[in-house]
Amino acid sequence: MNKTINQKAWFFVIPVFVLVAFNAIIPLMTVVNYAFQETFGNNVFMWEGTRWFKQIMLSERFHASLGRQFLFTFIILFIQIPLGIAIALTMPKEGIGVPICLVLMSMPLLIPWNVVGAMWNIFALPDIGFLGYSLNALGFDYNFTQQIGDAWFTTILMDVWHWTSLVVLLSYAGLQSIQPAYYQAAEIDGASRWAVFTKIELPKMKKVLTIAILLRFMDSFMIYTEPFVLTGGGPGNATAFLSIDLVKMALGQFDLGPAAAMSLIYFFIVLLVCWVFYTLMMRNEGNQ
Amino acid sequence: MSLELKNVEKKIGLDTHIYPTNLKLEKNTINILLGSTLSGKTTLMQIMAGLDKPTNGEIWFNEKNVTGMKVQKRNVSMVYQQFINYPNFTVYDNIASPLKITGVSSDEIKQKVGKVAELLKLSGMLNKKPNELSGGQQQRTALARALVKDSDLILLDEPLANLDFKLREELREELPKLFEDRDCIVVYATTEPSEALLLGGNTATLLEGKVIQYGKTLDVYNKPNSLVSAQVFSDPPMNITKIKKSGENCSFLDNSVNWKTKINIKDGEYKVGIRPHNITTYKEGNNSLEIKGKVLISELSGSESLIHFTRGNLNWVSLSNGVFQKDVGDEMNLYMNADEFIYFDENERLVING
Repeated sequence: MNKTINQKAWFFVIPVFVLVAFNAIIPLMTVVNYAFQETFGNNVFMWEGTRWFKQIMLSERFHASLGRQFLFTFIILFIQIPLGIAIALTMPKEGIGVPICLVLMSMPLLIPWNVVGAMWNIFALPDIGFLGYSLNALGFDYNFTQQIGDAWFTTILMDVWHWTSLVVLLSYAGLQSIQPAYYQAAEIDGASRWAVFTKIELPKMKKVLTIAILLRFMDSFMIYTEPFVLTGGGPGNATAFLSIDLVKMALGQFDLGPAAAMSLIYFFIVLLVCWVFYTLMMRNEGNQ
Repeated sequence: MSLELKNVEKKIGLDTHIYPTNLKLEKNTINILLGSTLSGKTTLMQIMAGLDKPTNGEIWFNEKNVTGMKVQKRNVSMVYQQFINYPNFTVYDNIASPLKITGVSSDEIKQKVGKVAELLKLSGMLNKKPNELSGGQQQRTALARALVKDSDLILLDEPLANLDFKLREELREELPKLFEDRDCIVVYATTEPSEALLLGGNTATLLEGKVIQYGKTLDVYNKPNSLVSAQVFSDPPMNITKIKKSGENCSFLDNSVNWKTKINIKDGEYKVGIRPHNITTYKEGNNSLEIKGKVLISELSGSESLIHFTRGNLNWVSLSNGVFQKDVGDEMNLYMNADEFIYFDENERLVING
């Protein structure tokens, strides 16, 4: 076969290269640049080697925010994944209920992050917010702007409200793809409802659940807007998760070098956790 | 042992899925439900199994009314078109699963699973998971699950439909052997007439929720009680044409074909069904009738030629042994034998065949 040489194909590829360069590679390389240098303005840079990385890795502030971040992510995964599956299991499988449930479920997902933060801020205010006022009226001493526990409670509740639907929708899709014959076969065997769940539904949902956990891990690990609007990281630094701390360092204190080093470490943690998790989950998958 | 459906009817909303049906299936038989998709095979099977309740009518098993009895108490097993196994169990655990729930001792389980696995050629892969197996092996596992407990009723819902040609042939040959020496009733649903003929046993032809005819497979094939039953049991579709008879003389209504007959039916008009393999491109025997046709499509499959042709405004199909390549639009002669015609009256009931 003779191939005709046609360099025009490049015209179709170049826009993608340019786009990726501008929105990914160039910003990333700028960050890498900052991470290894010190600047005092006037575009003067000095080589600092791995100093910022060492500083960040040893800093207690970073350890604290990383710890808060892992705790937060762990808690919301622990709540959202089982809750999402449970809701998906109770949703109707056919009929008019299906579109109603699906639309209701997607509502929270359609609301912009900062609006969610603002909504919950007002909702939870102890003096005028419905949630805050009600809790206090019921006798709880609730004030999310003052008390650490309340701040965490509100942030977690907000995230659960905002994102559980994503897990529900993914699990529901996984459940819907199970052929009715599986349920019949289990019925013939006389399997219990619990056995049907653990032996058929969970294994069949494994792939979508892996995706759901990965998405929820990444999103919650990089969460910024909602807690920023809700608590601003407070009281004190109680809800200053990694990204909030990072922005404080980069834009508040203008410590560009350490902030850049922290961004890269942050990035690699997300990458590493996702990779390890995905590899573990897909370890025993045959070729399907 | 017998399974009897008495006036079983199934309605969902205003739709009737199964019209009142009477059927008696005897012990140690393979019973084939033959019909196209949506003819009610699956619904009928689910009613037999107890997975679904009939709207009206009763199901009797061993002279006992079991209508409404739960499927777990009925000792049935079922194999589906899709390969249904527990995804994260090994083949061994999959096959053992129906036994474990009934509380059989582990030694007995081991022995029974070993035996069934050998029968289905799965011995080498007992430690694998279903998704590591080929489609054929997955379906063998599902079959083994159905056979391992000594069910009274084994239902197979198009078990070979999702397999590719070679695996299908292979498993189909083994199937009748699997059910030999088994004290049970086997019900097998299929859309393919050839499958029914290969499996033998009894066949019920179904159309749109009605059982048209039930009897020994060969009898149903050779003596369809009606045109509809003949059509269900014919693939490629049966050719139908109108003829008239007066005395010894028979002819197509357009007088294009004439022959003498000795069959003893009264004079008048009839519909005649001719199976595609009874119309050939070559003469068979001395009293072949010749018809002319114009080729629509000709298909080759293996060593057979399927030729679709038109005569007047009717489409015909012929199936000949050997490879005959014809071009679209060719005029050609085809041959058939009046002894193989099946005669139906104006109500499309069988009058006589041959």
